[in-house]
Amino acid sequence: MSEKTYIEAISDALREEMRRDERVFLIGEDIGAYGGAFKVTKGFQQEFGEWRVIDAPLAETAIVGAATGAALVGMRPVAEMQFADFVSCAWDHLVTVAAKQHYRAGTAVPIVVRLPSGGGFSGGPFHSQNPESSFAHIPGLKIVCPATPADAKGLLATAIEDPNPVLYFEHKHLYRRIKGDVPDERFTVPFGKANVQREGDDVTVVTWGAMVHTATEAAGRLAEEDLAVEILDLRTIIPWDRDAVLRSVEKTSKVLVLHEDTRTGGFGAEIAATIAEEAFEDLDAPVKRIAAPDTPVPFSPPLEKAFIPQVDDVVAGLRELAEY
Amino acid sequence: MSIAREAEPVGSVHEIREAGLDREGLLAVLRHLLMARGIEERGHILYKQGKIAGSFYTGRGNEAASVGVAMAMELHDVGAPLHRNLGVHVVRGAEPWRIFANYLGRVDGYSRGHEQNLHLGDPALGLISMVSHLPAMLPVAVGCALAFRIREERRVAVAWFGDGASARGDTHEGMNLAAVRKLPVVFVCDNNQWAYSTPTYLEYACDTLADRAEAYGFDGVVVDGTDVLAVYREAKRAMDKARSGGGPTLIETKTMRMEGHAVHDDASYVPTEMLETWAGRDPIERYRNWLREHVDLSEDEEERITSSVRRELEEAIRRAEESPLPEPDTVTDGVFATSDELDAPHFR
Repeated sequence: MSEKTYIEAISDALREEMRRDERVFLIGEDIGAYGGAFKVTKGFQQEFGEWRVIDAPLAETAIVGAATGAALVGMRPVAEMQFADFVSCAWDHLVTVAAKQHYRAGTAVPIVVRLPSGGGFSGGPFHSQNPESSFAHIPGLKIVCPATPADAKGLLATAIEDPNPVLYFEHKHLYRRIKGDVPDERFTVPFGKANVQREGDDVTVVTWGAMVHTATEAAGRLAEEDLAVEILDLRTIIPWDRDAVLRSVEKTSKVLVLHEDTRTGGFGAEIAATIAEEAFEDLDAPVKRIAAPDTPVPFSPPLEKAFIPQVDDVVAGLRELAEY
Repeated sequence: MSIAREAEPVGSVHEIREAGLDREGLLAVLRHLLMARGIEERGHILYKQGKIAGSFYTGRGNEAASVGVAMAMELHDVGAPLHRNLGVHVVRGAEPWRIFANYLGRVDGYSRGHEQNLHLGDPALGLISMVSHLPAMLPVAVGCALAFRIREERRVAVAWFGDGASARGDTHEGMNLAAVRKLPVVFVCDNNQWAYSTPTYLEYACDTLADRAEAYGFDGVVVDGTDVLAVYREAKRAMDKARSGGGPTLIETKTMRMEGHAVHDDASYVPTEMLETWAGRDPIERYRNWLREHVDLSEDEEERITSSVRRELEEAIRRAEESPLPEPDTVTDGVFATSDELDAPHFR
């Protein structure tokens, strides 16, 4: 066990998978000689050579399309979008080709697309988005959103092993801000198993990614007011752990669904709807959602702060639920 | 003035033998051409009988372009043929009855009723199932070639597209990546003059689409797509080059879409004279005449091939119609793959 940052855990997982399986290769923009915009693949090209750490032209369609083609003939590609926002340019290759290939043609497409996502550092509208819900709506894709260094490592290993297209959303704001204990040896974290990040009897927060940390801080503050908050970190949103959510709802009877993505059509809506359908009798308050407002991600710090759900917002939301 | 090279027609038996086809191979080509056209003609009848749901697409006029390229592929090569390339499936060994079963939406179709028309493939035959967003298949084929290059295998990937697909960005991105990394891929543009109702002058403004190869940094060649042997020879050259590390080639086959975009389209926008001119260059008739002239194809031999194709088609339709329709409660099956599927030989 060693203490690692979130970004180190991602690098470690990639390196380990590449060492144990020569079918794994990386393709993306500036990932080779430069080591990636965030340095996730720093030193990789020296170790694995330029045909396993491929600097692609600036062409997301070609990157994801080529990853799909390589997967169809036996490789295990990991493609990097320099920023999750740029995945819009590869939409067709994820949604039209990779996601549907197994249902249509019976052929597996074992690719992983790494998507540095999320805001909090004035990246503006095109370097800050959390587009996971757009893809959650597409049958055939799996969606992973790790919140901790250990999960970042274990979920990436699972993603590379998975025989399906996996979108791995790594939150940029967590890269060097979050540290945690990570086992030194290889391990996997199963998809679809939420982590009860904090136990509590009064209110449940269902969340993922960077918002797990926002919720944790809010819960810490409320503990001083004797409010016991349970935090469920979904870890993966396709598949998502319905049973864990419904169990927690049964226990606390009050739920806050929290995400950094915008509100309308966000994945929180699916969770809220499922709770309404399947656990209505367990509820003592309406399901509450806290999410970003329905706008592009603004640049200027006060606007961005107003956009991304803050600890104060979560504290207020939880109090409201507790008092209901 | 065109930049790309213009391919010569194949003049003699000697030339084609040099390129790799003996008399037996030449007769196989005729059989494949007849089978490709035959499947589509029968499919059209099944459609008119109301047995095929949705719409129905044919590649009439494009048989030689498809068969010629596929004949040049080797066993372990892969390709992503489109809806005008039935000939490719036929040459690679797709079973006609399973193609009909696919048309009919039956469980024995290559897509198990999940997909229509020629949206089918079989990894065991090195064929990838197309999506309707046609140029999307170019980067996918380039990715196969990338895998071959990484593993240093002497295999080639073939990517098909058309004059319409040439206008989209995927085509550019795929060709550019292949060029930069000198990948073993052959791009085949079947320029059949019409993208649905849009004529070529509204799709591109260069002389020929093969001219674009020069800009990417690889070779382009224009070939008469109604001349199966000329197509074969150019495809063979391009594949040999790709296989020995020479990088991609863009082959533009000049063909004509002899029917509507699909059966619902009467193609009234196509000038009658244009269809008449191209009808005079029917690829199968041309090839039959070449065989009679150059390898003494006898009436008996011709009849034997024609009747065996006819028999196989009848048997294929019978068998396809016996295949059951999918059970409604299987609708959610197969969205995700399971790990054991990665043990299949083509994943190696």
